[in-house]
Order: sequence, then structure tokens, then C-alpha cells
Amino acid sequence: MIHQYKLKGYNIVLDINSASVHVVDDVAYDIIAMYEGHDRSSIVAAMLDKYKDTEGVNEAEINECLDDIEELKKEGRLFSVNTFEDRAHVFKQRSRVIKALCLHVSHTCNLNCSYCFAGQGKYKGDRALMSFETGKAALDFLVANSGTRTNLEVDFFGGEPLMNWDVVKQLVAYARSIEKKNNKHFRFTLTTNGMLIDDDVIDFSNKEMDNVVLSLDGRKEVHDRLRVNYNNEGSYEKIVPKFQEFVRRRGDKSYYIRGTYTHNNVDFTKDIEHMYELGFRQLSMEPVVCSPDDPYALTKEDLPVLFKEYEKLADMMIEKEKQGDGFVFYHYMLDLSHGPCIYKRLSGCGSGTEYMAVTPWGDLYPCHQFVNDPKYLLGNIYDGVTNEKVVGDFAACNVFSRKECRDCWARLYCSGGCAANAYHSTGSINGVYEYGCELFKKRMECAIMLQIAKHESEEA
Amino acid sequence: MKRIKTLDTRDLAKSAKNGGCGECQTSCQSACKTSCGVANQKCEAK
Repeated sequence: MIHQYKLKGYNIVLDINSASVHVVDDVAYDIIAMYEGHDRSSIVAAMLDKYKDTEGVNEAEINECLDDIEELKKEGRLFSVNTFEDRAHVFKQRSRVIKALCLHVSHTCNLNCSYCFAGQGKYKGDRALMSFETGKAALDFLVANSGTRTNLEVDFFGGEPLMNWDVVKQLVAYARSIEKKNNKHFRFTLTTNGMLIDDDVIDFSNKEMDNVVLSLDGRKEVHDRLRVNYNNEGSYEKIVPKFQEFVRRRGDKSYYIRGTYTHNNVDFTKDIEHMYELGFRQLSMEPVVCSPDDPYALTKEDLPVLFKEYEKLADMMIEKEKQGDGFVFYHYMLDLSHGPCIYKRLSGCGSGTEYMAVTPWGDLYPCHQFVNDPKYLLGNIYDGVTNEKVVGDFAACNVFSRKECRDCWARLYCSGGCAANAYHSTGSINGVYEYGCELFKKRMECAIMLQIAKHESEEA
Repeated sequence: MKRIKTLDTRDLAKSAKNGGCGECQTSCQSACKTSCGVANQKCEAK
């Protein structure tokens, strides 16, 4: 399978099974489009006709291009065959270690954002804070179930995790104390709305957190429309100076300013530009996840607008890079030469198998988006995983388990997508959230184009 | 090749033999939390 597209003056051909990327001229682009299903003589005739007024396009040239295509095919870099399908199931079944936990240290929040998938931090349940003892048991559970994996990830999440900050600090200290004897290395992430950031949070996080995710939706009027406190007051003025100070003191360490865009701001590149103007350089912007009935839900009519916005974002990145002050956009990060191996590409995010969410009272769910859905309760940190049926369902869920993914060019870039999005839009983790797929494919087209542009500028 | 330029990309067939160490980050631990992809994840193997 191949995927061809034209973007920003580049003719791009992707070979799906090998993940090879080719940049071609117009003639090669058209020959490749005809290659399967036509014999050599009819391709030559069609090209001679189409390019009869173009200098340098003759029979010998077309045949030379066809020879090149055949050579790439022999090398397995064009029209390559799918040899991975059997491995997907076997690998995911084999991989029964847990290496990452989303620790819900706080099921409560000091903001009241209407679009919050976590229902103002309560996840349709009661308000609660995780005790140190529960968190400690969760870390012990992770170590005990992580097999030979060295790198373990823990995300302090909520609700708002800074509402339980002392416990977060105690848990980090405990984790550090057990690393050496267990031959583990913890990588911590803090996801926060910023309201309670102070010097202590900044200093501690900049020392201990590998990554911090700071929620900001962009322009003040956009941010304050949905990210409000319980008096319906916007939070922008309060958090932006805190985020700026946090990031300023963070040095080279990783962070993301993470926004959510909705139907209210489909012109989200303006929000990204605003984040940039505020001094932030590691940015992420996600489409809202909500019921189609919500007033801010993205619509079918928004899609073409969003596609243009993603292209505009790519332009903006090229422009800023040229000016010597580029920025990172999470979904456009791509390392073509040293990116994920085939196993990662087949098995996806690992929710429900190697990644789980832990509630304040120690229950386990496949990920933060399934929390408090009784059908998806996996067990708890004390008794372990007891719901083997659901874990089995997640283990069986891979890029080849959905027909739509099997036929999709983006399958080895997205790896089947988000199980929670699939479940919430179709009722099954084996379903397909088509709207998300459309956005993902557009983002990948732009991300690959940016790699090509980067390659070209490096060569120049 | 005159009309085709191929970028340097990871050999996925080879990674089927030497990949799968599992040390890489889970996709959702970084910045998305509500959508998923693996393409932007780093490989931890040296």
C-alpha cells in the first residue's frame, strides 16, 4: 500500500508497510499512481501523452523512472508487502508487563471547565484525594508488575494534582528510594491547570518531573470562555504569569503548554501563535473530546477549516524556524530515522495492558478516560488485575484488529488510535472514531511534509 | 535517482528483529491525554 499527496509544493509518496518516505517530481508521481494495475507500455504511453509539451520527458526517461520504482520495490521501500500482521497479536499478548501508571492523586479540581472529560475532576464519582499509603501501594504494584523494564512512567493527574501536592512530593521521594534496589528508573509527569503553582511547585517539579503539562487554551478570550472557576471567572490572568515563570526556570527540561480547541476556536493557530508570543516553545493543542450534543463540539463543517489550520500551523513552524526561533508542536514531532519500532507501531498506546490509571482509592482502569466506568474496572492495586476479560480485550486490540485501520495508510503512524475515543464514539474499543482519524491523517501529512522541508533546508 | 528522492527512514523489517524492548514511553504520558498516535514517540534503544 502507498499513499500519495501534494502539500506545499512537495509531491510526497509514502510506502505504508516500510514507512519509507519519497519526494518525487510530477512525472514520477503520476507513474507511481499508475504503477499497480497498468503494464509498462501503457504507463509510457500515458506519460508521453500527458507530458508531450514538457522538455526532458521522453520514452527513455520514463523507462528509467520505472526502473527506479522497480528497484525500490525490490528493496522493500515501495509497494512493499505487509509482513507484520501476525506479529501484532503475538507481541501484544506477550507484553504483559505494566510500565506506566496515571496516578489520580486528586479527584477534585479548583476549576470548573465545562468541557472537562473528567467531569470537573470527579469522573462522575465522589470528590477524593489519594492518600500517601494508596500512592505508595500503587508504586509498589507498578514495580512488582514491571518485569525487566527499567523505565517506569508515573503521571500525576487529576482533577488537579496540585490540590494534593504534599502527597505528590512524598510519592516522588518514596519512588526515588526504591529505584536502585529494584533497578528501575521513574519518569514523572505533572499535568496541572496552574492555579496553585508557587515557588515550591516550580523548584520541586523542575528537579523531579521529566515533563510538565500546563493547560492553557491560548488567547485570553478563548481560555476564559471555558476554563473558569466556580464563580465563573476566567483563569487566564492567574495562570499565565505562573506558567511563564515555571518555564523560564525550567531550563532545557521538557514541558508542554497544552491547549484544547473546540468549535468555538477552530481558528486555533491564533491560539498557538498567542502561546508563542507569551514565550512558550513546546506546544500541544488537542481537539476537544465530548458528546456531539455539546455546544462546543466540533462539527463536520469544521473539518475543512481545521485542515487548513493544520497547514497554516506547518507554515508558521517553517517561518519561525527560518527566523531562528522555532517551536515544537507535539503532533508534528517525528523522527523518521530513529522513530518507533514496528512493535510499538503495531501495539499502540498500551492502555489496559502496559498502562493503567489508578483512582484515589486504588482501583485500576485501562486509562484515565475509562475511570469510574464499571464495565472497565480492571481490579485494584492490592489484589492486582482481576478482570482478565477486559485486559484480554485490550491486548487483542491492535492496528490489524479493525478493518478500517487495516485499509488505512496511516495505520503505522497512529497504531489504531485511542481506545477511549473509539469507545465513546462507537460503544466499542474496537470501533473507529472517524472524526479523530481525519484529523490524525491531516496532522501526519503535515508532519511528514515538515520533515521533508527540514531535510531540504539542511541539504541547502 | 533522478526523479525520486528517498528520505532516510527506520527500516521497519529490521526493527521486527531487533525492536520491541518496550522501554519507550507510553503514548499518552506526554501531552495528548485525549488522542493517540505513536509516530511522535522516541525509540529508547541505543
